[in-house]
Amino acid sequence: MPDSSAVNFYGVALDSALLLGTARYPSPAVLADAIRASRTEVVTVSLRRESAGGGSGQKFWDLIQDLGVRVLPNTASCYSVKDAVTTAHMAREVFETDWIKLEVIGHSDTLQPDIFGLVEAARILTKDGFKVFPYCTEDLVLADKLLQVGCEVLMPWGAPIGSGRGLNNVYGLKSLRAHFPDVPLVVDAGIGLPSHAAQAMELGYNAILLNTAVARAGDPVAMAGAFRDAIIAGRAAFLADPIEMSDLATPSTPVIGKAFLT
Amino acid sequence: MRINLNGEAVEVETTRLSDILEECGYHGERIATAVNGEIVHRQSRAETRLDEGDRLEVLAPVVGG
Repeated sequence: MPDSSAVNFYGVALDSALLLGTARYPSPAVLADAIRASRTEVVTVSLRRESAGGGSGQKFWDLIQDLGVRVLPNTASCYSVKDAVTTAHMAREVFETDWIKLEVIGHSDTLQPDIFGLVEAARILTKDGFKVFPYCTEDLVLADKLLQVGCEVLMPWGAPIGSGRGLNNVYGLKSLRAHFPDVPLVVDAGIGLPSHAAQAMELGYNAILLNTAVARAGDPVAMAGAFRDAIIAGRAAFLADPIEMSDLATPSTPVIGKAFLT
Repeated sequence: MRINLNGEAVEVETTRLSDILEECGYHGERIATAVNGEIVHRQSRAETRLDEGDRLEVLAPVVGG
């Protein structure tokens, strides 16, 4: 079963197509249980100011290390290229990985990416040796430019971060998939339900990155399991070649041989 | 001298970044540092000196989405 969900990022093969955020859980214990239940192999993390002697950063790092998962640091809340690039370098030193989920935010209400700054930051970080996972939109021209500057993964939003609205632009996401058939594509942000995640996987997306839908659920651990199963099911469905939609009904039971009883 | 540590004014007696971190209570934690918006890597902290009014950021791992 795991083989049907296999995904490869920058030469790293993963059995799970679920990338899970670590924020907004009721407690560290619930976070740890949700990560285990999700069977994710990659969790997103961040950097913030540390109070002297607090040691909270080290505690969080130890918790993640104990779970044996790979980390994908983000540049959340960065509104400029400089801010994002510097944060990425600091994250590389702290987390000891060259993977970076690159966020250059352009709009505070929607957390929509600043696509111009995103391309520039991706160009700089790729030259600096980073493996960039850009949080982007489904815009084809943007995607092309991100690939040109060295990104080997694209992470278009489904809907605004934390909104739980699902896939706002299915047509655009399908179009992106069709134009870049060989690029690992991750729907990042906006997922609210396992059915949203399954839908993205059925479209041929390679993975799902989500956080709030699990962390803020009434039972985050159970929801992590539901997303795990939905993503596996969605991937299996894509590989099984779904039927096309039709405007007309087609009887599934054979018509020939039907008795004449009236 | 007075510097700005994570957005707050603090008085420090030393000038080398590695000493300032010790003086302020950071003892070997997993942290990243930036002075006036520029990253200072771990291996450069002993040779980096701060001046009056410099902005020091000390960041550590946290949850993230």
